[in-house]
Amino acid sequence: MSEHWLGLITGIFFGALLQQGRVLRFEKQVGAMLLKDMTIMKFMMSAIIVGMVGVHLAVAFGLAQLGPKATQIGANVVGGLLFGLGWAVMGFCPGTSVGALAEGRWHAVFAIFGMMAGAAIYAEAYPHLEKNLLALGNLGKITLPGVMGMSPWAVIPIVGLVFILCFVVFEKKGL
Amino acid sequence: MKNAVNWRPYVAGALVGVLATFSVIVSTKFLGKTQYLGASTTFVRAAGFVEQAVDPEHVKKNPYFLKEKIKIDWQFMMIVGIFIGALAASIIDGSFKLEAVPPVWRERFGGSVALRAVGAVLGGIVAMFGARLADGCPSGHGLSGLMQLSVSGFIALACFFGAGVLMAGLVYRRKGGAR
Repeated sequence: MSEHWLGLITGIFFGALLQQGRVLRFEKQVGAMLLKDMTIMKFMMSAIIVGMVGVHLAVAFGLAQLGPKATQIGANVVGGLLFGLGWAVMGFCPGTSVGALAEGRWHAVFAIFGMMAGAAIYAEAYPHLEKNLLALGNLGKITLPGVMGMSPWAVIPIVGLVFILCFVVFEKKGL
Repeated sequence: MKNAVNWRPYVAGALVGVLATFSVIVSTKFLGKTQYLGASTTFVRAAGFVEQAVDPEHVKKNPYFLKEKIKIDWQFMMIVGIFIGALAASIIDGSFKLEAVPPVWRERFGGSVALRAVGAVLGGIVAMFGARLADGCPSGHGLSGLMQLSVSGFIALACFFGAGVLMAGLVYRRKGGAR
């Protein structure tokens, strides 16, 4: 099967699940950031619990490889904080903006235009950032189990348990 | 709270975990390269295509476009798929709704489409600049990163959400407490 078809089919399922999880909406995204509605956190953390087990099983059986993104502390932190500031005002993240548009929330086109402009601006800035901010605290493609010197199967239950405790808190507080 | 638990986000989320697992296995088998869910690189490529139409020489010389390669790839098609999947699902269950200004925004800033457009464009510029600097968004760093227990994923997601909470508090909460 070709790369394009595989991507398309994966996306169709992903889009339908994002839509059914009701996480595409502006009010859900902003609701989480206002700590009033944790729908998107419930969705993401559920996906992570299942995917964490699934991906590590696939790797253990030699059916896939891990491909973690490099940890570059300077870029991860500064970029992450900038993303958060923009995310709150925009009310969408890159993946959900396209799904929100499909759901009829056509104002998402403005967010999509803005993000394309942001990507173009970053492409111009990249040569100037390459040697300083991007090189700051570059630790390579590290994972939590690797850093802790533990098996992923020791870390997975801990992360899973913390997330499930979060779910209990969310539900108790009616978030 | 006496409300029954709404299982919708949990079930849909868990199924995304299943989808991500299938996706890494199937992409490894058929493409020889493990593909993880992500979205923000596609915006670089989309911007690259637009710039290419205007000034192809400039795009050819830009180191970032050279690094990310302006092409329709797996992730680009996945984003197209998100549109199709969300459109189909919202039509089937009747939740498709044309909306010009989101209600939460309207409550705070009124019904002006132009003002919403300005907010979304400025927010989008800052967010995508940040996502490319951080090398990922809530899909790539958040979902895929944490599934792999990647240190970068934990750092990025904490920063996304921390700054988001701060900014949302400043933007949407009216002075003097309760809305």
